[in-house]
Amino acid sequence: MDCFVGIDLGSTTTKAIFLDKDARILGKGITNSRSNYSVACQVAKEEAEISSRFFLLSETLKGAFTQQQIVEELMEWLSAKFLLAQYKKQLSALKRECLFVLDSWSKHVEEKEKFNHALEKIFFKLEAESTELFQPKQKAKSDFFRDIASSLFLRQAELISKEQTLSFDRMVGIFDKAILRVENQSFAKYFIEYLDFAGNEVSKLPKFKKYEKEILSAIKNAALLNFNIIHTVGTGYGRLTLPFPKEQIRSEILCHGLGAHYLFPKTRTVLDIGGQDTKAIQIDFQGVVTRFQMNDRCAAGCGRYLGYIADEMNMGVHQLGPLAQLSTKPVKINSTCTVFAGAELRERLSLGEKREDILAGLHRAIILRAMSLLARSGGVFSEFTFTGGVARNEAATGALAKLINENYGNITMNISSESIYMGALGAALFAKKDNG
Amino acid sequence: MQNQSAATLKEDSMVLQKKMLADHYHKLSQAKECGKKVVYTFVPGNLNELIWAFDMLPVHPEINALQAGMRKKSGNYVLEAEKQGHSEDVCTYVKCDIGMLKQGNIGPTGEKLPPPDLLLLSYTGCFTFLKWFELLQQEYHCPIAMLHVPYQGDGKITPSMVEYVVGQLKENVIPLMEKVSGKAMDLDKLQTYLDSSKRAEENLVYIWDTAKHRPSPIDAYFGGVYYIGPIFTAFRGLNECERYYELLKQEINERITAKSGPITPDGEFNDQRFRIVVEGPPNWTSFREFWKMFYDEKAVVVASTYTKVGGLYELGFRHDAKRPFESMAEYCLGCYTNRNLPNRIEILERYMSDFEADGFLINSIKSCNSFSAGQLLMLRELEKRTGKAGGFIESDLVDPRYFSAANIKNRLESYFQMLEARRK
Repeated sequence: MDCFVGIDLGSTTTKAIFLDKDARILGKGITNSRSNYSVACQVAKEEAEISSRFFLLSETLKGAFTQQQIVEELMEWLSAKFLLAQYKKQLSALKRECLFVLDSWSKHVEEKEKFNHALEKIFFKLEAESTELFQPKQKAKSDFFRDIASSLFLRQAELISKEQTLSFDRMVGIFDKAILRVENQSFAKYFIEYLDFAGNEVSKLPKFKKYEKEILSAIKNAALLNFNIIHTVGTGYGRLTLPFPKEQIRSEILCHGLGAHYLFPKTRTVLDIGGQDTKAIQIDFQGVVTRFQMNDRCAAGCGRYLGYIADEMNMGVHQLGPLAQLSTKPVKINSTCTVFAGAELRERLSLGEKREDILAGLHRAIILRAMSLLARSGGVFSEFTFTGGVARNEAATGALAKLINENYGNITMNISSESIYMGALGAALFAKKDNG
Repeated sequence: MQNQSAATLKEDSMVLQKKMLADHYHKLSQAKECGKKVVYTFVPGNLNELIWAFDMLPVHPEINALQAGMRKKSGNYVLEAEKQGHSEDVCTYVKCDIGMLKQGNIGPTGEKLPPPDLLLLSYTGCFTFLKWFELLQQEYHCPIAMLHVPYQGDGKITPSMVEYVVGQLKENVIPLMEKVSGKAMDLDKLQTYLDSSKRAEENLVYIWDTAKHRPSPIDAYFGGVYYIGPIFTAFRGLNECERYYELLKQEINERITAKSGPITPDGEFNDQRFRIVVEGPPNWTSFREFWKMFYDEKAVVVASTYTKVGGLYELGFRHDAKRPFESMAEYCLGCYTNRNLPNRIEILERYMSDFEADGFLINSIKSCNSFSAGQLLMLRELEKRTGKAGGFIESDLVDPRYFSAANIKNRLESYFQMLEARRK
């Protein structure tokens, strides 16, 4: 199948989008950017390819069944089982790497045995919990194996290290080293194995048993599908490290503009808050950028700010927004500097302020920085589209909506669940434009 | 894009300018032994002809600072000044100069600079200049000649403004210069220098105008800062300055005939995709890297305002031997940063149309309020008037901590891609 690919090599995450020849989104993939951009690029592309297979699988099933409800249900089950198979593969790799790290670190046989035993117990638990994690209709806790595995691993490690009087810090050290090694491996290449697993598991279920033949045939087709990439365009901070000629590279400002225009054609102003930069972009009726402003030398108020705060609070970054939304009385955070905000956070905590109220204040502080950039770019015009990783954070979008309303009145604000992919989407659209 | 290596492209004018600078700094290092008096003064509104008429030698502190920036020495000097108690927000030219002074006052060519016998403040449009000389006076305990230059708030120079400046020249500045130099004012000598200045100015106007050609034979910003070297600093009024512009004009004419572009550190730049107007001073600490970001994107600068800080000759001003004091007063009053925002917008608008530019870029300098205040307003107004896209980047003069290469490159690439996308 002919397709166009866009890759957004961001400072925190790398995203990929596959488009078909009619500029229809086939699939999307995301991964941590890590220190190794080429692996990140490869992994995101593989993820997007798998996602494309799922999209086409769903199309095939829609053709095979008249009842669309069955297709939806089937897809949810297939997707959950697929992710489970992939998770199990990653978990076994993580176990292998943890044991490897332990082996290379520990000199004392007795100590090594103790840790070995502890790790076996941890992974036994993780393995046993895995099926529960991937259920249909269950919202994924995170897109990243690192996030899911780390919270579960650390919880078990804390219990077991207490129980067996082992150093918890050492356990964390082993995990940190091992997860890096796991992240540099490709797990998508086993997609046929995962698809087979998903097909067999789902068609065994009583309610789908009668469709076994159709399911397995559709799965087989999806697995055998061949993608012919006609053109690729790269964007994002790491774009220059992509193995493409200059003509295949576009600034993320142009890509976010075009991506936003594709999803919301009436967009005139775009705000993108990414990992280390914030951009206020004005576009015309064709999605062409007419003006933009970016944060200057300082990255305070970007996604990384939230990452830093999450570390300070010993939480996952994806947990910040939901907690901040519980706030009833947001505190005013004065520091625009990330490091000072960390200090202010600790001070507020020591004064007895609630975590959710402090977090709500921090989210507002980020958005205030963005408001200043929007003003400098010329203001906010309807429709206004919010893109980038931070657009997934509901506390941030809430604060933004409020401030936009206060400053610019009633403006239509678009936020898509695909907002983090906007740059990659724009890049894929450029790939198509260049070779369309 | 570049056809020849830079090594083969050292033009005669470049060689001559280098020699002129080396000779001048050498003369400065020998000044005390030779009994020469030294005047520290600033580039905007400088009274170079008057300084030479009194047979004194000029030193331009901001030129030393930018030279230190280009030679990667300014970071250390800035830190030295901060150690002395100057805050992070002070103009980095000032801090670089103070730091250089504290570390022995060694000039750009490695020779020691002499202390001043006179601080000649001939342009007060920049408030920092006042404070700067106040600081230098504390160090050197020498007299200050101050010429108060009224701001062109209404966008024009009135006869009473000229009269006011001429009065100060005659009543305060010249008597003090006579006292310091021990020589009487020699009007004939001054007029000879002013005549020479006029001839060099005519040639400079011709040179800026050549950017109307396609490809442009000059880069009016990155190359331009070299072209203004002699006329804005120690040499205006001297024969060698005239010679430099004759030579430069000849070289540029040859490039026009050959249909070739300006010479960059990477060689000749002929494939020019974007014609850009630039507002604001350049960054000096990463000057070459900054320039490369333009020519790598095939962008040539066809006009810039920074290269007019020492005179907007294309608007008609010339030093005039027949009106020596009046023309010197008009020169001081006509500085680019002494003009109000509507006037600056008009100048930029005119550059955009005269040079058929594709867009304009503002390099907003953290430490220069004279330039930076109001630049976003200028950007919006210019976009409205010209229908062309403006770009906005931020850096600093000589503090290397404020040049974020990845960030600036990202903005510039985005800007040029935006221009390209809007062309289609």
